[in-house]
Formats: sequence, structure tokens, C-alpha cells
Amino acid sequence: MLLTGPNGAGKSTLLRVLAGLRKPDSGQLLWHGESVFADRAAHACKVAYLGHQDALKPGLTVTENLALFARAGQGNMQAALEAMDLLPLANLPARLLSAGQKRRTALARILLANAPLWLLDEPSLGLDANAITLLGQALTAHRQQGGLVIATTHVPLPLENVQPLTLPGASDSSASPFYQQEDDA
Amino acid sequence: MIGLFWAIVGRDLRLALRHGADTMGAILFFIVTATLFPLALGPSPELLRHMAPGIIWVCALLAALLPLDRLFGAELEDGSLDQLLLLGVPASLVVLAKITAHWLTTGIPLLLAAVPLATMLGLPASALPVLLTGLFLGSVVLSLIGGMGASIVLGARRGGVLLPLLTLPLATPALIFGAAAIDAASTGLPWQPDLELLAAFVAGALPLCPLAAGAGLRAAAE
Repeated sequence: MLLTGPNGAGKSTLLRVLAGLRKPDSGQLLWHGESVFADRAAHACKVAYLGHQDALKPGLTVTENLALFARAGQGNMQAALEAMDLLPLANLPARLLSAGQKRRTALARILLANAPLWLLDEPSLGLDANAITLLGQALTAHRQQGGLVIATTHVPLPLENVQPLTLPGASDSSASPFYQQEDDA
Repeated sequence: MIGLFWAIVGRDLRLALRHGADTMGAILFFIVTATLFPLALGPSPELLRHMAPGIIWVCALLAALLPLDRLFGAELEDGSLDQLLLLGVPASLVVLAKITAHWLTTGIPLLLAAVPLATMLGLPASALPVLLTGLFLGSVVLSLIGGMGASIVLGARRGGVLLPLLTLPLATPALIFGAAAIDAASTGLPWQPDLELLAAFVAGALPLCPLAAGAGLRAAAE
């Protein structure tokens, strides 16, 4: 599902709600009929979230940054690094990476999470054409395995058969009906 | 889940090692402030020996506060907090891991630095084991209460100012019992009751502080 809409429409907020990081102002969030907020830790295992920020520690290398998350999701570090073309950078401190390389590292963390639902907040931010192709391949592979992707974007992503959802602008957001979201993935 | 706990601790220890200046800062602050007292009070050995427990405890308390501001602040700023909360472990366990790392990188070095300072201030050698046992328990309390305070003020605009105001009053029982135990030991009185009360304080703070701090982190992430 592709989330689009003008700045301030609430795309990022909706993703944070879906991730269980933020409680909805009204309505409830259900996963297979059970409230997400009853057991947030269990919901967190089903979700991989990519925020605006890359959440990398400048002092740690790419591998060290990802190690904790590889352990949490039991993901394959080599495969994730390879999918995002990060193998040559694996032992570089994150402070030396460019913006696009940092974004790719953050995307590798999504791959490591082994989660059925990916929530991506502008995943293509700062990526070059080659990296966007890699992102497209990762998204396609995830969907072929039955995974679910909800992404916000301002630029077209290399995806087929997407379901678009456009949030209305800030002026009429009070009428937004998207607070109740039910998932039957 | 236990494996993830130690993985978070390990990550924080590695970060502390890479940013050694931040870690050393608290210890140097402890040593420098404690050495200011003889300069201000005069070199009377009797006076310094009498004041040593209080000086060491107050300075340790203030030094332990220094790194607290960044304990969760850095995680919130770069977005790591969201990722830590989405690891699939309860927020209170994440907090406990970070508090453990804070204790290992601040509490233990403070303990080691207290030995030469106590000798410098003329504390009798017989009181040293009591000082170290008290500071051991006390530093655990400071890390727990400090971690709770840090997560509660997280995201507040003037959090750095608010943090000591919130944490220091809560830590006063530890200060009172810890300093009283050393005082008792150096005058030959029984010191066990003070340390036992301090240990009771640790036993109370250990389950409660991470719970409160976990709720604080969740609120800050919203």
C-alpha cells in the first residue's frame, strides 16, 4: 500500500500508530482481531519500521549498528548487507557514510527484522537510481513471500499492483476516517 | 529476551568505549570536585577526615548525574529510541539494560576513583570496605533513580535542568544512609543497619524504577 498526501497530512503519524509507537487519538488498532496496544512487545515482532531518521550511531560500524537488530529478528546479516550492496562498507563507522549509504543501512535493518509488515516512511529518501532498484527488488521479494508493505512516498517507487491511499490535506484532516485500520494479512 | 537484554548492554558499552571522553568526563568531575574541598576548607586533617564521607557521597551523586542527560536523549534525537522500542522486548527491559550499562560505565569507575579520594581526605583504612560497599549499593540506586528521571524528562525542552531537580531529592535516602554508615564505621559504631537500609532501597528501586522509566520512554516516543 502506498500512502501519499501533502506535507502535514499525517502520513508519518499514521505509520507510527500502525507500528504501535503512538496511540491513536480515537478508534482502535487491531491485528487479527486483537488490540495491538494490549501487548505492544508482541506486535513489535511483527513490524519493521523505517522512520525519517536512519537511527545509526556514528561511532559504530555498519555491522555493529545492525548487530542488535539481527539478533532481535534472527535475520541473516550477510544476506541483508548484500541485498543493500553494503558489503564493502560493512566495517566502516557510520559517521563516514553518505546520506544514501546511511539510508541503505537503515533499510538493511528492515530486512533483518524478519517481520511480515514493513512500515516505510519515505524509504527512497537520498537513494540513487541503483539503490532504488535494490529497494524495489527487496520490496518485491518481501511481497512474494506474503509480506505486507505500507510506505509513504513523494516519488514513484518501482512497485507493481500497489493500492494507493491518499490522505487529505491538513485543512480537512479532522474528517480523516483512517484512524481505524484493520489488517488481515 | 535475556540475550537481547545483554545485546543492548553490550551495544551501550561499545558506544561508551568509542566515546571515551563522555565516560571519563563524569569520573574526572568526581575527582576534581572532591579535591576542591580541601582547598576551600583548609588542610586540617581532623576536619577533612570528619567530612570525607559526605564529600565523597555528594560528589559521586553529582558525577553520576552528568551522563544521564544523554542516556536516552541521544537515542531520542537520532531515532534509535523507536527502533529499541520495536525490538520486541518490554520497554522496561530496554530501560533496565540501559541503566545497567550506565552503572557499568559510571558507577563502577566512581567506585574505583573513590579509593584514592578517601585516602586523600584521610578516611581511616578500616572504613574503606564500608565506604565501597555503601557506594556499590548507592551507585545502583543512583543509576536506577537517575534512569527513571532521565526517561521522565525525555523530550522536555529544559530536560537537562529538570533532571537534577527531579533526581536529587529522590536520591537523598541513599545519601543519608551511605554517609551515615561510613561515619559509624570510622567512629567504631555498628554500621550494618545503615547498609541494610540502603540495600532495602536498592531492592525497592530495582523493580519499580524500570517500570516507571519504561512508561516514560513510551510517552516520549509518542
